[in-house]
Amino acid sequence: MSKQPRQDGEVESGLSMSGRPKRGVPEGLWIQCPSCKATIFRKDSEAKFNICPECQHHFYLPAADRIRQMLDDGSFEEWDTNLSPCDPLEFFDRIAYQERIVKEQARTKMKDAAVVGRGYIRGRPVAIGITDFAFMAGSMGSVVGEKLTRAIEAATKLQLPLIIVSGSGGGARMQEGILSLMQMAKVSAALGRFHQAGGLYIAILTNPTMGGVAASWALQGDITLAEPGALIGFAGKRTIWNTVRLELPEGFQTSEFLLSHGFIDRIVHRKDLRTEVARLIDYCQR
Amino acid sequence: MAKTISLPFENDICEMENLLSNLETRSGKNHPAEEEIRRIRKELVALKRLRYGNLSAWETVMVSRHSDRPQFMDYSRLAFEDFTELHGDRAFGDDRALRCGLVRIGETKLMLMGHQKGKTLAERRECMYGCAHPEGYRKAIRCMKFAEKFKLPVVCLIDTPGAFPGIGSEERGIAQLIADALKEMALLDTPIICVVIGEGGSGGALGIGIGDRIAMLEHSYYSVISPEGCAGILWKTANEETKPKAAEALRLTSKHCMKLRVIDEVLPEPLGGAHRDHKEMAGTMKAFILRSIRELKQLRGGLLVEKRYEKFRRMGEFLETTV
Ligand SMILES: [Zn+2]
Repeated sequence: MSKQPRQDGEVESGLSMSGRPKRGVPEGLWIQCPSCKATIFRKDSEAKFNICPECQHHFYLPAADRIRQMLDDGSFEEWDTNLSPCDPLEFFDRIAYQERIVKEQARTKMKDAAVVGRGYIRGRPVAIGITDFAFMAGSMGSVVGEKLTRAIEAATKLQLPLIIVSGSGGGARMQEGILSLMQMAKVSAALGRFHQAGGLYIAILTNPTMGGVAASWALQGDITLAEPGALIGFAGKRTIWNTVRLELPEGFQTSEFLLSHGFIDRIVHRKDLRTEVARLIDYCQR
Repeated sequence: MAKTISLPFENDICEMENLLSNLETRSGKNHPAEEEIRRIRKELVALKRLRYGNLSAWETVMVSRHSDRPQFMDYSRLAFEDFTELHGDRAFGDDRALRCGLVRIGETKLMLMGHQKGKTLAERRECMYGCAHPEGYRKAIRCMKFAEKFKLPVVCLIDTPGAFPGIGSEERGIAQLIADALKEMALLDTPIICVVIGEGGSGGALGIGIGDRIAMLEHSYYSVISPEGCAGILWKTANEETKPKAAEALRLTSKHCMKLRVIDEVLPEPLGGAHRDHKEMAGTMKAFILRSIRELKQLRGGLLVEKRYEKFRRMGEFLETTV
């Protein structure tokens, strides 16, 4: 019998380029890599795509930095910045959802977890959507679902290749209840149409991509890429452990595990993503 | 009827039911107890109406999980004819938690699928308590494509705590298969009718839940996460105090789902819950399915899929400010 694994969707590091303290990770010049335990100079990692210079562990990357890394300088045009979450369930737990939203918005300077828009990748026009783990663990509520759906619809209309970079701890956002679950359906339906219209969709999975996000758009790509070492799966490790009470296999629910089980096309190092995506787009030009 | 297992909030109902059935078996016509029987019957109806008209969210969850509640296989006999099961996903195996088959209602031919939880312990183990694996959803997709080819409407009966959370399930891509099912159902060119008959547990439910018409039985629930799971995350522990709180917060009852515009219809249950009268429940469901098929048959030339798109496109609530 194994020890109980860590909590669902918990990420290994909260390093953020914008210098905000995240989930108990102390701010400072030096950070410890959770993977190799090396003490590294924060600036060194930040200069190298938020990757540990010692072991190549991929840290959390905020959406704004993702855009900077993926897209050509200054090419990003953001869409639908005017959507923000409401509280249709009047959800209450230890603190009210309304209050949670306000706090998360103040902390992250984002209205919700998704950023969408268009830009260029080495001169190739694309539509892009990103979910940011910093905002309520990148969970999908109505705003995330709506923004992605609008981006997919725009990509269909403008005949742009579509890139969605997913990072989400728990998948669907509990605080919006059944409406969150229905976002999976909504986004999937939009992707279905995009597919029928002949669009190219490249899904990029980052740490972590779990639950309802994994079970919808994250795994509906024509091509599925993942960053190394990302946690990707449906059920949280704790839930699985509670059900089967068996030791989980080595590397369970990692990018490498999914690659060997046939669910992703390629594992791509963050520094190579831009080049790889550009090359894939070229293969699909008609 | 057979003695039912009583839920904590209906002990008095069950006691009265037992008393009544005792009196009824003992008394013939013109028995002195006849007056008494009539009085108890009336009282019982009033009590059931009161109790079942005001179930809390957590009590609803308990009713939806009642061991005597009709399940997929019951409906396959009571609401349909000639259930001809189709087995296997053509890749790995035959998931007993998700059943598919051809079926008729009179002249109307259908593809029926849904979760089966099982009743005896042996059957429950075989059915994984209604928690389907990837192969279940692969089978469902295969049968939906079959239905599309032969223009058969698809009926999905949803009754699962969720997709199976296990090692094999993850290894064989449960997330991938649910993702595939969502996309296939969104594009399927034949009517799809979904009914949540018991538990509508998150992705495992939604995996056969993309329909042109979606109904819930009155005392079923539909939720993004189980009350237990939600309580465990938000209150750190799932116990008798936090589970009802979570159930309440999630707005998972049929009434709430209707209000949130996630479903089209609530199908009323027999007084005191579907477990008290399987036949009546099946009859109500059958009428709903026939009516839905009649309506959906009118939609031709891509209009069906178009309307299904619009239906899900509208779901969700958010604020949009003009910048
Ligand atoms: Zn390292």
